[in-house]
Amino acid sequence: MSSPLLTIADVAVELPTPRGNLRAVDHVDLSLEAGRTLGIVGESGCGKTMLSRAVLQLLPKKAKLTGRVMFDGQDLARLAPESLRRLRGRDLAVVFQDPMTSLNPVLTIGTQLMETIQEHLELDAPEARKRSIELLAAVGIPAPEQRLTQYPHQCSGGMRQRIAIAIALSCEPKLLIADEPTTALDVTIQAQILDLLAREQRRRHMAMIIITHDLGVVAGRADEVAVMYAGRVVERAPTSALFKRMHMPYTEALLAAIPKLDAAPHTPLPAISGRPPDPTRPLRGCSFAPRCRYATGRCHEAKPALTSAEMPDHLYACFHPIQLAEGVGA
Amino acid sequence: MMQLAVPEVPLLNVDNLVVEYGLGNKTVHAVSGVSLQVARGETLGLVGESGCGKSTLGRAVLQLRRAKSGRVLFDGEDLTAMEGETLRKMRRRVQLIFQDPIASLNPRRRIGDIVAEPLIIAGIKDAVERKRRVHEVLSAVGLDPDLVAGRLPHEFSGGQCQRICIARSLVLNPEFIVCDEPVSALDVSIRAQILNLLEEMKTRFGLTLLFIAHDLAVVKAVSDRVAVMYLGRLCEVGPSQQLFANPAHPYTALLLQAIPVPDPDVRPAESVAAGEPPSPIAPPSGCRFRTRCLRADQRCSAEIPELREIAPGQFAACHHPLA
Repeated sequence: MSSPLLTIADVAVELPTPRGNLRAVDHVDLSLEAGRTLGIVGESGCGKTMLSRAVLQLLPKKAKLTGRVMFDGQDLARLAPESLRRLRGRDLAVVFQDPMTSLNPVLTIGTQLMETIQEHLELDAPEARKRSIELLAAVGIPAPEQRLTQYPHQCSGGMRQRIAIAIALSCEPKLLIADEPTTALDVTIQAQILDLLAREQRRRHMAMIIITHDLGVVAGRADEVAVMYAGRVVERAPTSALFKRMHMPYTEALLAAIPKLDAAPHTPLPAISGRPPDPTRPLRGCSFAPRCRYATGRCHEAKPALTSAEMPDHLYACFHPIQLAEGVGA
Repeated sequence: MMQLAVPEVPLLNVDNLVVEYGLGNKTVHAVSGVSLQVARGETLGLVGESGCGKSTLGRAVLQLRRAKSGRVLFDGEDLTAMEGETLRKMRRRVQLIFQDPIASLNPRRRIGDIVAEPLIIAGIKDAVERKRRVHEVLSAVGLDPDLVAGRLPHEFSGGQCQRICIARSLVLNPEFIVCDEPVSALDVSIRAQILNLLEEMKTRFGLTLLFIAHDLAVVKAVSDRVAVMYLGRLCEVGPSQQLFANPAHPYTALLLQAIPVPDPDVRPAESVAAGEPPSPIAPPSGCRFRTRCLRADQRCSAEIPELREIAPGQFAACHHPLA
């Protein structure tokens, strides 16, 4: 087996706030190989975006990062700003939830695409222009030549996200991080964008991290899923294994709380009571324990480590894992 | 059991409603001739993508946006013809819950005062009575009145703020509530709590709901009937179960197909969705969905399809409905 493209080792991110230190990411380990898709799922405030910012080295100035982020053999946390800048945009690309976060409203789409291409690849203007047109066509934008002269405000939300993806793909990145890439889009457009990402990922043999709050988005499209809660990865497994037999009560509860299309109207939803803990007041025990129906005294006293039982690649952080064969785990 | 047929006198009867906005020298055709009925005690779900006019329709029902033509009959009385004090009196019976619960609450006012405000506007002068009502609705939505009444909105999470908004909408004992994307801003685990709460409140207070959302699964969870809107017009209306099982309008089918299912064994269908919705400034002639529809032909561009009954209680506006 080849060594992973990305290794996140014991990464923690702390942010100072007026109410004390906020532990946004709490000692996370993850790895991803070339050509694979990892889905990171969690609710707001679970640390999924901060974790991706740690990979990109785009954390807020005051944030304190510990642990290692190894990408393609380099420790990103130790890289000089100049080398980092060359890496981001070329080998390491990102697509954000709101395309206007990355698009400049006063530059034409052509300028923005060609700027990125010429910054990272040794192409002259006509070549960069040709490549821009190819990229826009590849992401499904009709009449790409005319789009080059337009500004972002002249495009719809879906088109802008396609353009952001075209820019992200422009230098053939090895890793694409898509942070809630479809959350701001309508459902019919969401399907188109997810298909586009999957197609380009296969074609370019690129690694991809999809960050989302929607288990539905990762179910059909990620090879592996990591579920985060209160800054930690609480379950991680190959996608089909996870959905077939989830071991972490939080994952089960999260899936159960989603309204199902095939359920009859007025079926009460199994809601998770309460809400996530205050990240500035970390709990001694399992962060999910106060909301968990399986919790016992032990869960409030100690933090369960991420372990595996039956399958070595199915990890969970729970003292009372569910759906395990009798006598295994716990 | 759900109500399949619409009874003779619906609580809300929207009749051929047209709402337009001016945009420079252009006109946005937000709602173009929508008719729908909501029976007393029923929840009608209204789904559609952004810009389809569903929120405008909700606001036009409450007369927060005046219609260009058409009528909104509430309990037999035409709201579009009402003004001033008459309308204000009527509004006690009809309330609204918004998408962003935090933005809906004045950050400088205490929760107790926010929830009591409708009572003051309604002219209830007895402070003890107001306090009693505020306590009643805050407990009903699962908050401890003694703990929350004196606090400010920023001390609460999004889910709790939505509970407060629901309490405020209930304080005047309304009969009808328009819920405009009430759970879209909330996390999955909180969303289920609020949906359950809305269902509970509906039963407890005998409410009738118009539930507007873009998420079909969310809409189905609470609705007896569902109306699907596209670019200012209704595509399809029918009992939830039936409409989801056998969509008759190609747009309903497309929406259902596009939803990502949280099950890896369900392969995502290659998105058949051709293109994006056209601008409501210049909507297509005939059927407004025709530019994205695989079944569209000449007739669809020439002739506006009328809503007609496809199956008992299920109506679709399509020249070529799915079998």
